[in-house]
Amino acid sequence: MNAYGRQILTSLRFLFFVTLLLGLAYPVLIFGIGAAVAPAQANGSIITVAGAPAGSSLLAQPVTGEKFFYPRPSAVAWDPATSSASNLGPNQPALIEAIAKNRAEVAAREKVAPSQVPIDAVTASGSGLDPDISPAYAALQVARVASANGLSDAVVTKLVAENTSSGINAFLGQASVNTTTLNAALLQVQGKQ
Amino acid sequence: MVLNVFSLITQVVVLIVVLAVLHQPMGKYLAATFTSHKHLAVERGLYKLSGVDPQADQHWKVYLRSLIAFSVVSILVIFAGLLLQGVLPFNQGMGAVDPWVAMNTAVSFVTNTNWQTYVPETTLGFGAQMLLLAVQNFLSAAVGLAVVVALIRGLVRAETRNLGNFWVDLTRGTFRVLLPLAVIGAVVLLITGVIQNWGGTDIHTLVTGAQQTVPGGPVASQEAIKLLGTNGGGYFNANSAHPFENPTAFSNLFEILLILVIPFALPAMYGRMVGDKRQGYTLLTVMVAFWLASTALMAWAIAAFSGTGTSIGEGFEQRFGVAPSALFATATTLTSTGAVNVAHDSLPPLAGGLAMLNMMLGEIAPGGVGSGLYGLLVLSVVAVFIGGLMVGRTPEYLGKKIGAPQMKLVALYILVTPALVLLGTAITVAIPAISAAAPAEGPHGFSEILYAFTSAANNNGSAFGGITSSGPALASMLAVAMFVGRFLPIALVLALAGSLAKQRKIPETAGTLATHGPLFAALLGGVCLILTALTYFPALALGPAAEGLLK
Repeated sequence: MNAYGRQILTSLRFLFFVTLLLGLAYPVLIFGIGAAVAPAQANGSIITVAGAPAGSSLLAQPVTGEKFFYPRPSAVAWDPATSSASNLGPNQPALIEAIAKNRAEVAAREKVAPSQVPIDAVTASGSGLDPDISPAYAALQVARVASANGLSDAVVTKLVAENTSSGINAFLGQASVNTTTLNAALLQVQGKQ
Repeated sequence: MVLNVFSLITQVVVLIVVLAVLHQPMGKYLAATFTSHKHLAVERGLYKLSGVDPQADQHWKVYLRSLIAFSVVSILVIFAGLLLQGVLPFNQGMGAVDPWVAMNTAVSFVTNTNWQTYVPETTLGFGAQMLLLAVQNFLSAAVGLAVVVALIRGLVRAETRNLGNFWVDLTRGTFRVLLPLAVIGAVVLLITGVIQNWGGTDIHTLVTGAQQTVPGGPVASQEAIKLLGTNGGGYFNANSAHPFENPTAFSNLFEILLILVIPFALPAMYGRMVGDKRQGYTLLTVMVAFWLASTALMAWAIAAFSGTGTSIGEGFEQRFGVAPSALFATATTLTSTGAVNVAHDSLPPLAGGLAMLNMMLGEIAPGGVGSGLYGLLVLSVVAVFIGGLMVGRTPEYLGKKIGAPQMKLVALYILVTPALVLLGTAITVAIPAISAAAPAEGPHGFSEILYAFTSAANNNGSAFGGITSSGPALASMLAVAMFVGRFLPIALVLALAGSLAKQRKIPETAGTLATHGPLFAALLGGVCLILTALTYFPALALGPAAEGLLK
């Protein structure tokens, strides 16, 4: 066998045994550590509503109607089966049109002037699954959500504050409101009434 | 979204402090790893099972032959594995991958590029992710490490043609360096919220009453090595923008640290291996200077746009905002990582152009695992050569003469990547049937194509995602760019190492151009900038510069 032939055989054997260690043992080890150290996170930070799993607190949930806080627009309709951005260039006409359309929709839904609609309310996130919105966009939605749920603005504003990021994540990133946990909190408050 | 300058500076300072604390101990450990004569028991077992003689000291050609054989075999195994996914275990019901996509993906992961022409969620099961792709996340990075170690041996050794043993270097880089760090990284990521499970088909009735499939998978294990190995192939299509890959602003900062930690420790390893720590510090200075300047420019390019444009926010994650995205976009393109936490296609034109420029610099600040340092060492040889011409002496580097044979290899090295980028872009633009894959109008469409070839030839893997690269023409051309862009430079580096190792050491004299200190750092930095600017300026002017300046 020539020199290349020997190297190819060695390569195949090496790759096989290394795959058992790196491709199998390593992820299984991390799975074991995850199950022991951080089972909730390892399983997707699942939230429950009335005892039943109701999605992940890290993922946006599609919203229709009046009763919930809307997440940001999504290029994939908030479907985790394919995460994606719009990948439109910053000056592309398609993006400019989409932003204008979103702005008009949000303004009509929240009954405010289009100029009051914050940028995160009209732009799609990089993942299409971002559950977070700016405090400004949350504030814009409080009146509608409160009236649709028969709650006072003060109660809903308090819930928003409770679901706004604080501390290190707010400092490293920016202050954000998690719509998924906020909507779950809304349900819980209603259940108590 | 607005830039919080205070937050940005704080994060840069945190990174600098942590990297400053880690780089010398890690450099010491790395140097010890690659100079030790002892084999661990598990390594001896692996050598025996694979038929490797760990004592063999390989001629540079044998070293290269082992590397190429191993890489080609890896490509074929992944290609076959993806085609046969339907009959292989743990496939989650995913069938055979499209042959063009499978070919592109196989080349992409073995070359440390990790360009994602596939959509993971709809294409790959756990088995393909773990057994095929994640394995190469380790091995392709370890190959980069092996090459730089071999080059340093070429500088250190004298009157030999032997550069060490590829299999031993590959094994040690994988099991003594990457794997322990990956375990630590994965555990931290798990705690921040990155998932690691075998679910993935759970349909939940959501808070809002809608239905949603919550994805699952071994993500934390893959995420850690994706960043540590400067790979960048995401478990999910959205990569590090996906909440399950990068849940919080804290995890984001930690991921940036994972990207930078090994490349920034390699100069310290180099300094120790050549017995002169000042050499390492000088290269580190150049790397850090480029990194800081580029980060500042990126933050400015994004923040400045938000005042004039309408769309800052498109492609950004609300939980990150401007500062974390600017930091990540810079780190990922100055290394060969290519993971993204923001849609680069939607970045302001000058910011997107800067991401390209970072890659065009040759990914040397600090660059990919191994590839960044060997790239900078090759540029150091150019700097030594130019310095030698200026003082009128035969240039020498660490006691090795830089003559015509060495400069031929170096000149070729420098030409490979630009040739691939510019030719690939030119061919694509010239053929409307191919350039239709980039749908954006005007200069932005050109930018999408230029970015794709820049990313592929530099083995980065990030993309202006609007381009569709799964068709036969682009999938093949990009695969060629990735393969040649990876292995031709490696072959030239190993040949250079061989030619340096052969020489006798020349004693240093008063007339020797010192390759340490501020003067050489400035010369080296200048060489990097001038080479890049002269090569790429016209192309950049047609794409991002045209779009960003002609508004």
